[in-house]
Amino acid sequence: MSWAAILGLAAGCYLLKVLGLVLLGGRELPPTVDRCVGLLPAALLPTLIAVQTLTTDHRWVLDARAAGVGAAVLAAWRKAPFPVIIVVGAATTALVRAFS
Amino acid sequence: MDDPSPGVGAAAVPHPITAGLVLGVAVGVFGISFGVLAVAAGLSPAKVCAMSLLVFTGASQFAAVGVVGAGGSTATALASALLLGARNAAYGLTMSTILRGRLPTRLAASQLVIDESTAMATAQATPSDQRRAFWWTGLAVFVCWNLGTLLGALGGDAIGDPERFGLDAAFPAGFVALLVPHVRSFEGRVTAAIGVAVALLLVPVAPAGLPVLAASIAVLVGLRSPKGTEAAPGTAPTGEDLP
Repeated sequence: MSWAAILGLAAGCYLLKVLGLVLLGGRELPPTVDRCVGLLPAALLPTLIAVQTLTTDHRWVLDARAAGVGAAVLAAWRKAPFPVIIVVGAATTALVRAFS
Repeated sequence: MDDPSPGVGAAAVPHPITAGLVLGVAVGVFGISFGVLAVAAGLSPAKVCAMSLLVFTGASQFAAVGVVGAGGSTATALASALLLGARNAAYGLTMSTILRGRLPTRLAASQLVIDESTAMATAQATPSDQRRAFWWTGLAVFVCWNLGTLLGALGGDAIGDPERFGLDAAFPAGFVALLVPHVRSFEGRVTAAIGVAVALLLVPVAPAGLPVLAASIAVLVGLRSPKGTEAAPGTAPTGEDLP
């Protein structure tokens, strides 16, 4: 990867951030748009979880990560504190991986 | 609101500062693995570090390096990375209702608009906590991610496989914790289910990055929700959704 590609990627990624926060942001949005934007985390967070847990490259995969994230869901459901949820997820994955 | 009520809602609303710092450290460990992998993919340590400083959006960086490492073209690498980065525009829009102030401040804040800072901020109940969570999480992640990248790039093969410690599951586990306040409403749960279904169906056929982006069409559920019900979770948090 050339320096030009890295700088181009940096410029592109920064412009995307500025687009949302500065160029489009701070405006009074119609209520419907506001509601949809507010739902973005509800759409993107579980999607990131699913893609990072259940897929590798372009394949669906069920491996130690699913066990770890399942344990994390259980911990979250039991109202465990935030750091505990992360540690439970990572430790369960490591354990399943070590014994499989 | 003086009562910190420990135990009740402690998981649902992560502390705006300490949770951000904890997340920063976790991200830093992952930054080490990015440094290791990027050097292994053929980038010089200087390029790897420049990438973490200037691009600063982990999924895009992993995608770009992954495509290059697998022998893909630079164009493909940039396209997948930018597709993944496009969600930061949506995050920026969400954060723009919280982060006001002078233009230079907002231009600086823009670089910190990423998954972690946005998720941490929108999980908070009050605007001031949202701002604090955004800045503390964003800066902690920025510092740790770059330190981790530097260590990884220099340490290279000396560092063991981060997957041995299950660190690849640490990210989704963190997202699980952050998701909780967003799926309390029926609307949020429907959005989440549609988003996951869309993304998983697209993974086998679409270029990397597109499935996550396409899942954002799930928010169109918001078009159908009856007017005057609860506010959307990210834009008008009130704290009344605490358990």
